[in-house]
Order: sequence, then structure tokens, then C-alpha cells
Amino acid sequence: MMSLESIPIQAFLIVSSALFCIGIWGLLNSRNAVRVLMSIELMLNAVNINLMAFSSYVDNNLIQGQVFTIFVITVAAAEAAVGLAILLSLYRNRVTVDMESFNLLKW
Amino acid sequence: MSIAITTQIICFTVLSLVILIGALGVVLLQSIVYSAFLLGGVFMSVAGLYLLLNASFVAAAQVLVYVGAVNVLIIFAIMLVNKKEDLKPINDIKSRRIISTSICLTLLSLLIRVDLTNIWSLSSPQNSIGEESTIRIGEHLFSDYLLPFEVASVLLLMAMIGAIVLARRDVMNKDISTGLPVDQELIEKSSEPLLTNKN
Repeated sequence: MMSLESIPIQAFLIVSSALFCIGIWGLLNSRNAVRVLMSIELMLNAVNINLMAFSSYVDNNLIQGQVFTIFVITVAAAEAAVGLAILLSLYRNRVTVDMESFNLLKW
Repeated sequence: MSIAITTQIICFTVLSLVILIGALGVVLLQSIVYSAFLLGGVFMSVAGLYLLLNASFVAAAQVLVYVGAVNVLIIFAIMLVNKKEDLKPINDIKSRRIISTSICLTLLSLLIRVDLTNIWSLSSPQNSIGEESTIRIGEHLFSDYLLPFEVASVLLLMAMIGAIVLARRDVMNKDISTGLPVDQELIEKSSEPLLTNKN
């Protein structure tokens, strides 16, 4: 067996790719609006894993990827708050969380 | 990092399995409450991966913000909108599933091919600052990333005000359009939906 001195960066990248694709699948296939928001959070986490892996393996002296991850976490928190507020407002008007019934912009 | 490589590999394998199986559970489980709690587990495991990458500050931020705030917010939203409803069947659901699954698998294979075939120019591990990363993040935030840092604070303020404006009930006693008294109770009552089709 080949002896490693650290985990290869490809392992982190594959985990993050798989998590991103699971997030996209959930985004496309969920009927429940809360689950759509959860899928978006999964995708943001996949991007964060990617940034952190590159920050640690490629740029491990000036860790700029970690700063980017902090900003992504900030934006994700704001997105979750506004997204859930929009969801509550939609639920008040439509009395459902079914994504198929939110077709006001359809023409 | 001072942990032996075997321990690191074992930790990485366990965390990755928890992340992937948990994420599949989030999108596939029927009960939305189980999905929300599995999402918390996925967030915790991602924080574990950050610890493996020598980033203790980001791991702490991940636990505080994602598990402590976002996940709790999602569980509150589920509590507020949790209503048993029979979803209307869609006639072309099967073809939609097939198309979306094939798109996701194609994207996954493409990404994994890029991950494996590209030659990454990795820096030498001697340069690693390791556990001093918290100090370095603070220096970045107050020197070359000062403008994004301030913009992020404005963004958080706007998100807070926007969430309050979007989610609050009407502050007036009477509805402007119908003249009926406005429902000020905490629990949602069944009411005539405002935006449904009239025909």
C-alpha cells in the first residue's frame, strides 16, 4: 500500500462534488419549499468544503480561502433568514408549501 | 497537524460517510423533521472536516452559525408551516425525475473527472501556519478584506430588517382591501387565500 503523508486533496474535492450534486438533485426534485432551502444550504456547504480544501492545500500560508468561507457563511445566514421569511409570507397567502402551487410568475 | 495519518484517514472516512448519507437522507426522507435534524448532523460533520484541515476558527463559526442559527431557524419554520396536505399529483413526474437525475449524475461525473485528472499545484506543507490561522483571518479581515467585512455587516442588517418586514403580520386593525378585522393571533387560522386563481 502506498504510504501517504496527508489526505489527498482529491478526497475532499470528491466529497464536495458529491454533496453539491445531492444539493442540486434535492433542489430540482423537492415539492416542499423548506426542503428546497435545505438543499441550498447543502450546496453552500459543498462550496465551503471546496474553498477550505484549496485554502489548506494550495494557499496554506495566506489562508484567503478561510476568509472567503467566513463570508459565505455570513451570506448563507442572511439568505436563510430572508428565505424563511419569504416562505412564511407565501404560506400565509397560499396556505401551502407545495412548490408546484407557487406559479404566480408563470405566463 | 500532529495527528497520525491513519487516524486522519479514519476520521475523514467516517465524516465523509456521515456527510454523504446524511445529505441523501435530507433530500430523500419523507418526513421533513427528520430531514432537518439530519441537516444538523451534516453541518456538524462539515465542521469536523474543517478541523481536519487545521481551521479551528471556521469550524467553530460553522457550528455556531449553521447548527446554532440556520438549523434552528429551519426547524422553527417547519413548526410554523407544518400542515398535513395531500400534494396534487403531477402527470410528468417520472420523466422529470429521470431528466434531473441524469443531469445530476452527468455533472457529478464531470466534476469528479476534473478533480482526479487535474494536477493541482500544491504548496509545500512547511509553509503551513497551522493553528495560527485564527490570527491570520483577523489580520485579513481588518486589512485587505476590510471593505467586504463592512459590506457584510450592512448585508446582515438589511437581511434582519427584510426578514422582519416580510414575516410580520399587519400592524393595522383592519384589512385595507376588505375592511375585515385582521387576525392577530399567533397560530395560523384557515383563511381565504389571497392570491389563488379566481376562475
